[in-house]
Amino acid sequence: MTSRPRLVPVLVAALVALPVLAGLLGTLLPAFGYLPALGGDGFSLQPFRELVATPGIGRSGLLSIWTGLAATALSVLLAMLALAALVGTRALTRIERMLAPLLAVPHAAAAFGTALLIAPSGLLFRLAAIPFGFDRPPDLLIVGDPLGLSLIVGLVAKEMPFILLVALASLPRAEPARRIAVARSLGQGRAAAFLFAVWPTLYREIRLPVLAIAAFGSSVVDVSLILGPSTPPTLAVQLLRWMVDPELGLRLKASAGALLQGGATLAAILLWLGVERAAAAWLRRRIARGGRLRFEAAVRVLGLCAALLPVVVVGLGLLGLALWSVAGFWSFPDLLPPSLSGRTWSAALRSAASPLGTTLSLGLLSAGAAVVLAILLLEAASPLSRRLAVLLALPLLVPQPAFVFGLSTGLLALGGRPSLAVLSAVHLVFVLPYVLLALAEPWARLDPRFERVAASLGRGRLARLVRVRLPLLLKPLLTAFAIGFAVSAGLYLPTIVLGAGLYPTITTEAVALASGGDRRIIGAYALLQAALPCLAFALVPAVHGLCFPGRRGMRT
Amino acid sequence: MRKTLLALALLLGGSVAPLPVAAQAAADWQAILDAARGDTVAFNAWGGSPNINSYLEWANERLEAEYGVTLTHVKLEDTGTAVSRILAEKSAGRTDGGSVDLVWINGENFAAMKEAGLLGSPFAADLPNAALLDTANPSLSADFTVPTDGLESPWGGAKLVFFADTARTGPIEAMPRSAGALLEWAKANPGLVSYPAPPDFTGTTFLKQVLIELTPDPAVLARPVGEADFAAATAPLWAYLDALKPVSWRQGRDYPDNYPAMKQLLADGELGIIFAFNPAEASSAIASGELPDTVRSFTFEKGTLGNTHFVAIPFNAANREAAMVVANFLLSPEAQARKEDPRYWGDPTVLNLAKLSEADRAAVQAIDRGAATLAPDALGPVLPEPHPSWVARLEAEWQARYGS
Repeated sequence: MTSRPRLVPVLVAALVALPVLAGLLGTLLPAFGYLPALGGDGFSLQPFRELVATPGIGRSGLLSIWTGLAATALSVLLAMLALAALVGTRALTRIERMLAPLLAVPHAAAAFGTALLIAPSGLLFRLAAIPFGFDRPPDLLIVGDPLGLSLIVGLVAKEMPFILLVALASLPRAEPARRIAVARSLGQGRAAAFLFAVWPTLYREIRLPVLAIAAFGSSVVDVSLILGPSTPPTLAVQLLRWMVDPELGLRLKASAGALLQGGATLAAILLWLGVERAAAAWLRRRIARGGRLRFEAAVRVLGLCAALLPVVVVGLGLLGLALWSVAGFWSFPDLLPPSLSGRTWSAALRSAASPLGTTLSLGLLSAGAAVVLAILLLEAASPLSRRLAVLLALPLLVPQPAFVFGLSTGLLALGGRPSLAVLSAVHLVFVLPYVLLALAEPWARLDPRFERVAASLGRGRLARLVRVRLPLLLKPLLTAFAIGFAVSAGLYLPTIVLGAGLYPTITTEAVALASGGDRRIIGAYALLQAALPCLAFALVPAVHGLCFPGRRGMRT
Repeated sequence: MRKTLLALALLLGGSVAPLPVAAQAAADWQAILDAARGDTVAFNAWGGSPNINSYLEWANERLEAEYGVTLTHVKLEDTGTAVSRILAEKSAGRTDGGSVDLVWINGENFAAMKEAGLLGSPFAADLPNAALLDTANPSLSADFTVPTDGLESPWGGAKLVFFADTARTGPIEAMPRSAGALLEWAKANPGLVSYPAPPDFTGTTFLKQVLIELTPDPAVLARPVGEADFAAATAPLWAYLDALKPVSWRQGRDYPDNYPAMKQLLADGELGIIFAFNPAEASSAIASGELPDTVRSFTFEKGTLGNTHFVAIPFNAANREAAMVVANFLLSPEAQARKEDPRYWGDPTVLNLAKLSEADRAAVQAIDRGAATLAPDALGPVLPEPHPSWVARLEAEWQARYGS
């Protein structure tokens, strides 16, 4: 492509990492008291002093670390069990098909659905009300429990499918069939064979996405607002509150809090690295000791349950949202809405048309650009070095509240005005890492002999890329595009802050309307929010089929 | 240079016979209308209510038809987001062409924006419809005791009103009529009372209501908190909340996020009494199927908090003239009457009915408020808001005692 292949990786890494670093700088200065617009033009530690003096701040920080870690551990564990039970079986393909659409469901929608399921006034307790006959919901602290257990459930329901699908994409690298066969010939059961022989290699391949989940879980705002505790809330919720508090002086404390959030996320990641070591050491000892796994049959059952858990939670949650969106007045303990109404949908469809259009344009622009950039980058530098991979994952590892506000100030200082182009570029920063995550593996795995044959026939680099590699990778390319589109469609904070609210998307509308608390509207908007990404995922096989009609070898 | 021009203008102005005041004002307003035509106003306002959102869509249609001004509703989850943006623009040196033309605020946000110099120059008195305002209402000129100084234009009224579902909790006449009685009711009905966790607006309002009722000398609340003995003034409030906590919803281990969350809890029977800052809230929630039609309103005998909400133009608004046209339209009898109608919103007017034409007055009086809304004369006395500096102290103290 280019005579200096080094240039492309540097440029792409700069495109992704610079906005994050610039945004962090914009947060760093106010955290040390420098915010001239509020009369703060010297440096001081006052914001940090105020931060430390905030009642409950320590608990908030610990809560963020705990929920992030627990959600990550549980997601990885469940994904591992599911794979151990299902690798090499036909059920795996079926599960994969069921889990893929879950990626398209935005976190907030899944969280609302989960809340509708487990709250004292939710579906489960309405079912329980039939035999027990209570007419008021029990006074139980389930959603918003002080340990953040509901929050962890909501996160796992979304993150476990993500881990599982990423793992499935990397699975061929770990040569499961061959290794399992060897382990089984040594007398191990199927689950044990997977755990001992395949998982350690597989885990190394999916490490970065797992770390991204730990970072996400420890800094998530929307899910935490819906399912997390309130006395005190997690750190991310707390600092977002300060960020919008009428008391403008709290903006300085919020910036200091954003740095603390960065610290909490770092702590979660470091602790996770510790968990990794401990688990690896245990597994090594266990393998060295020899012998079989005692709970082979139990692992299989557990694994199947683990695989179905997110499907059930999110699926029932979405069903609940759908029911609410067509309900008239519907109160506890009625299991089904006594009256139906199309009013919510007719109002939603009327006012959602333009935000849906904006979502579509932003998603197409950013995901399209991300796929092109990912191709350029991988063509120049595949497989990605670890340093480059971490740099490219920066927007996923640094919590959004820690740099989005700073980035906004920075853009304004440079004279940037909110426009669709600026907003697409900002979306690109968040979309590209996911697209790379989805594409790097299939790209590196493609049999190099295809291109060697093309080269031996005298084809140049460009022709090899366009006529051999890209067609062969069409399916992963389309999937990466759909993932990028889903990421763009779900972005809230960057869209509202950097777009100055002038480019409402379906997600910003949904969040604004959700603050009104009407479950009917929340239901309708959550489904609308999931609709476009679902469509994108659904179109992948269709488009692929259209490009290669009737070619059996191109089916994957 | 500027001073020379000013002197020149004065000199020239002095030589011309001055226009009569009214004619001058009309000419000035016409100039603003001309400058506004074709502009788009970015109105930053909370977007959580479909009723309010539809109301603003209607306002946009009317404004486009009448003045050629487009109203874009930037739907906010929290007004603070807009304040943050204006602050970011000021930080970045953007003194004109700002992204917020008009913002819906009151109280603390207003006090903070005014103090930080985010509000530019006065405009409210220049609006022709300002002549119709109910000037007897002190909260129109002092927002949470802070003088508005023409930096914000009134839009609607607010008053704290309580709701209960008569089908679940019995006749509305038996409901508590003071903060003290509410505590007794909560003790008799454990788990059925709560309030949104401050700093939520409605939750903080509840703290202020209890504080005003119980504090030994309510007069200190009108002055900045720094001048009062905070501990002595608020001790009865904390004693009250300490007594409420064990008998409140979830034993005070969790609190509803905001008013809408309380509304859902009332619908499901998890709460027995809730409250809102809009007297018509229950009627519109019944109309939209969010509350059962057995919900009724009541207030406290000795009065509840009341205030006014406003629209303001940031210092760097890109379309100041068009924003003024919008603010003026929002004050028109037509827009105010529609706003007061619970079918569209149900927000009390800020106009003095006596100053309206007969037809306009009749339109307001003919509004059907529904059985769940108290008539304006049955809302009880209005208690004034404390000085805004009390809010931050109350919220911090609450956080330390119950929120951490």
